[in-house]
Amino acid sequence: MSLILDTLSWALMLGGAGFVLIGTLGLLRLPDVFTRLHGAGMTDTMGAGLLVLGMLLQAPDWLVMVKLVLIVVFLAFTSPMTSHALARAAILDGIKPWLRQADKGDAP
Amino acid sequence: MARIVSLFILMLVLWLVMSGHGEPWLLALGVASAALVAWIARRLDSVDHEGHPLHLTWRGLGYWPWLAVEIVKANLDVARTILAGPGAVAPAVFKVKASQSDDLGRTIYANSITLTPGTVTMGVDDDGSLTIHALNAGAREGLETGDMDRRVCVLMGDR
Repeated sequence: MSLILDTLSWALMLGGAGFVLIGTLGLLRLPDVFTRLHGAGMTDTMGAGLLVLGMLLQAPDWLVMVKLVLIVVFLAFTSPMTSHALARAAILDGIKPWLRQADKGDAP
Repeated sequence: MARIVSLFILMLVLWLVMSGHGEPWLLALGVASAALVAWIARRLDSVDHEGHPLHLTWRGLGYWPWLAVEIVKANLDVARTILAGPGAVAPAVFKVKASQSDDLGRTIYANSITLTPGTVTMGVDDDGSLTIHALNAGAREGLETGDMDRRVCVLMGDR
């Protein structure tokens, strides 16, 4: 039983780490601040979510489980605020979103 | 009044699960802390339908799981786009209509959009539409179906 739980928990945590890695890769290779936000958005939804799910299976008692779930709840409320604040600050600073040359026609 | 009482109970439950203590003296401190927080929140005038949206609890049980599934789907999509390389990125800036009837509904809609990877809310206009930045065409089309807009309206009880 504990072997199944351990395997499942490891799989979830490795999956979460994978999403954090891909999000970081996106942060490095996407073209501008707005597209990079999408990469960063992955790390605190799927990345953090899968990591916490994996940790839930390792939690010794329900008090720890509640705390882990609360981490995800607070992240879900705060991370869109920070993403939006970043995007807003970039716009107010006069940064124009990067668009493909062919799509320039319907740019705002 | 009902909101103050429910905020107090919520704070007390939060205190209990965070501390895990049941001794009378510590419990009394917990009750005092929860009461203090509820009193300060009332003084700040923040215990209203926006600060403590008690009325969304039941309908929220239908909305949040749906949003979680959408976030998982969007994550896989964005991961695929990033791994496919620079050629797969085709950003777009566009407007969508937010048909919710109040600020709380529009905020929940805008935050849900931002929380879903692949789309970020860049601004809210006076006419109630949102300016969105999308990573690629797939993310844009998913939003333009208006499915999320409709579900937030249902969550708010607008329709």
